Amino acid sequence: METGNFHHALKIREDLCIGCSHCMVVCPTEAIRVRNGKSVLFGDRCVDCGECFRVCPVSAIIIDHDDFNHIFDYKYRVALVPAVFTGQFPEDISLRQIHSVMLELGFTHIYEVENGVEILSRAINDYTESHSENKPLISSFCPAIIRLIQVKFPALVDNIIRLKPPLDISAHFLKKELLTLGIPAEEIGIFYVTPCAAKIAAIKDPVGESTSPIAGVINMDFLFNKVYRKVKQQNGQSCAIPVSGKLSGKATCWSLTNGEAGQVGGRCLAIDEIHNVIEFLEKIENEEITDIDFLELRACDESCAGGVLTTSNRFLSVERLRNHADSYHENDEPAHPDAFRKITSESEYLNERISIDPIKPRSILKLDENMAEAMKKMEKVNRIMQLLPMVDCGICGAPTCQSLAQDIAQGEGSIQQCIFIQKIMEQKGEMSLDDSVEVMQSIWGFGKTNKYRDIKGI
Amino acid sequence: MMHFEFHVEGGNFTKAGAASSQLKKILKQLNVDPKIIKRIVVALYEAEVNVVAHAFQGDIFIDIDTEKIGIKLVDQGPGIADIELAMQKGYSTASSSVREMGFGAGMGLPNIKNNSDELKITSEVNVGTTVEFVTYLNQ
Ligand SMILES: Nc1ncnc2c1ncn2[C@@H]1O[C@H](COP(=O)(O)OP(=O)(O)O)[C@@H](O)[C@H]1O
Ligand SMILES: [Mg+2]
Repeated sequence: METGNFHHALKIREDLCIGCSHCMVVCPTEAIRVRNGKSVLFGDRCVDCGECFRVCPVSAIIIDHDDFNHIFDYKYRVALVPAVFTGQFPEDISLRQIHSVMLELGFTHIYEVENGVEILSRAINDYTESHSENKPLISSFCPAIIRLIQVKFPALVDNIIRLKPPLDISAHFLKKELLTLGIPAEEIGIFYVTPCAAKIAAIKDPVGESTSPIAGVINMDFLFNKVYRKVKQQNGQSCAIPVSGKLSGKATCWSLTNGEAGQVGGRCLAIDEIHNVIEFLEKIENEEITDIDFLELRACDESCAGGVLTTSNRFLSVERLRNHADSYHENDEPAHPDAFRKITSESEYLNERISIDPIKPRSILKLDENMAEAMKKMEKVNRIMQLLPMVDCGICGAPTCQSLAQDIAQGEGSIQQCIFIQKIMEQKGEMSLDDSVEVMQSIWGFGKTNKYRDIKGI
Repeated sequence: MMHFEFHVEGGNFTKAGAASSQLKKILKQLNVDPKIIKRIVVALYEAEVNVVAHAFQGDIFIDIDTEKIGIKLVDQGPGIADIELAMQKGYSTASSSVREMGFGAGMGLPNIKNNSDELKITSEVNVGTTVEFVTYLNQ
């Protein structure tokens, strides 16, 4: 089975997986199959959207992050937190409380990801004005969307805006800022608190950039539990004055739906949730929809507030962040003497580093590199499709009849996996009962096919 | 060599684009260059919309080999009296209700010409129109 050369933060734990196939059914790129009673991932197809993680009933799908103690490998331990992290907490817990608890937990600095927006929002507007030939331009914000376009919409890779997202801009700023303070590079550990799997994959295996200044990633649900517990135990007695300034309203809402589209000039559209995005990209690809200048596309419903590693209800998180944004006044907050400078004081340095390399297509749709071979395989797929029942029952261990047919044409499956075909073959004497049970076991494992005791008593 | 056929209903704009979407899927699976896919799909989409907008019904015949893709649309409808005039940019007889739906800018036939390597249109008034175009893959 092809695993692909791409880093995936999503892993299936074989010891926990019960082979229920829920993940296989919801995967928007048909990247999962069931074999020997366990889900297996086709690495080249997975875009790290995390839909499988959401539906797994036994938490067998995990998002591989760094050990928290890894932060203590560094003398300077910076938490790079997105605004949605604050949105996880109830209104009565202040940003100040949250941050001071994080300092107690071991971080030496806290910096909000969306500070990078102050640099990016200007760069995007310049970019959209000078790249009208690739319209509609598509935001590079959501890494799952970039991967989705690479694998499913290869014709649109050039529409992706080649600018770093706020996360990378802020990380570059932090590194620069700490180096300027005379701190040696090896003592700086920047740790990103992630709301999703896709961001992890993007950091460990950046698309369109060679290295990342980020030392490690911590899952948001993990840190939330740690912080919330401590806040509860301390019963509100806080706390240090926050070192980082307050985010602007625009920056606070950047990761929410319409956060970008609302800030870019021209005709802009914001679309969230991966199936909605797929439906829309189909139309863009056919040029059925034209005249759009900018597209903000996010894999999760309610964008990052709906990230798979968030704890709070996404609508409540959005409400809290919008309230914050509304109450922002530039001169509210006294500047802390140890605070980092404003990110805009390094505009020039950051703008020099804001571009990413061209993004390469890596289509999962092609049946073969060679067109004549692909045509042969397509004919085979079509012949197989004539035989299959077209009910997409998933008993064969593939999500749809079409995907089984493709697996067979690619030499990664057999027609006898289909339960309907099995029955007919048994009836015609072309397959023995023992063989058909064996096929079932090779898909669903021994346990599920061996539960029979005495059904008369039921 | 592979052959595909699709039927097009006149007047049903919700289904306009179904054949071009299907063809796009096929061409992606055959690993055709995305830029060429785009040209073919745009041309077919325009031709499909013309059958929906102007004719009663039609059929699409597609032939694919490793060198070229040939597409033929045969419709039953009013036909085109002056093909040269119809080919002009911005020329349209579309009704105002069709325009309100976002079709009928008079750019369909010119777009088909731009996005194909050979284009042939034949038509008989009150009988129907045949639009044929070819796109070469290795250029
Ligand atoms: N299949 C067809 N049957 C009848 N008339 C057609 C057909 N295709 C095009 N025409 C005529 O040619 C004109 C120009 O076509 P086109 O360039 O596609 O513009 P539009 O469809 O926007 O009007 C149409 O307005 C119509 O009069
Ligand atoms: Mg037209």
